[in-house]
Amino acid sequence: MIVNQFLVLGALLFSIGVYGVLVRRNAVLVLLSIELMLAAVNINLVAFGAFVDDAAAAGQVFALFVITVAAAEVGIGLAIVVLIFRNRSSANVDELDLMKW
Amino acid sequence: MSFTDWITDARNVVFLVIALVMVGAAVVVVATRNVVHAALTLVVALAGSAALFVMLGAEFVAWTVVLVYIGAVVVLFLFGIMITRAPIGRDSVRLDHVRRWPAALIAASVFGVMAWSTTAAFGGEEISDGVLKAENIGDLLFSRYVIPFEAVSFVLLAALVGGIVLARKDPDR
Repeated sequence: MIVNQFLVLGALLFSIGVYGVLVRRNAVLVLLSIELMLAAVNINLVAFGAFVDDAAAAGQVFALFVITVAAAEVGIGLAIVVLIFRNRSSANVDELDLMKW
Repeated sequence: MSFTDWITDARNVVFLVIALVMVGAAVVVVATRNVVHAALTLVVALAGSAALFVMLGAEFVAWTVVLVYIGAVVVLFLFGIMITRAPIGRDSVRLDHVRRWPAALIAASVFGVMAWSTTAAFGGEEISDGVLKAENIGDLLFSRYVIPFEAVSFVLLAALVGGIVLARKDPDR
């Protein structure tokens, strides 16, 4: 196994996630695409960790931190989406233009 | 290393199968018109990443992905879809923005830049195949990484409190 195969797969998944974030209108689906991007980042971190192979295992430990922060982000993000839906009865991101100049 | 050399390694065949399944599932996640299908195919993509972590010798990260992502986050997403009453099936409300080509162009150029730069930097360098057991990662988390670990658990606590405060009904109204 070479390291670049994992990095290219991570880049591909990340760019698919970028496409999803840009093109989706429903806020829940935008969050799903962000999860895809975070999964791609985790693949990169663990692949680099296996490539460098240090005693501190920094790649795997920081992948665990990314997973934890992603879980926190989903909890807060969905709470915000539910709140917006309750106030405006819509979860479409392009209808939330209150702060648009 | 040529492609025929690469593909004769059995691990690379397994990798290729997992990668194709993951990319297909990811494309379904961003392109399907059914919201519940998007959340459920995310499970396939994340299970593929867990399989890659097992291949890379990161067993604890793999099981954490299965427990936290597939077990908790996807269920949270399904609840979010349920509560916000997102259109399920072929509804009249569009899930995608009308102009998709600029987004596809940006995504393709992001992929091009990242794939080109990693290929230029790491060409054909091999990965060492050591396995880090859950025992070792536990030791590391509670010795060398104990401060970041506590900080991350504080982030989780703050997110928990914030989620409750945001999502509960205001008793005054």
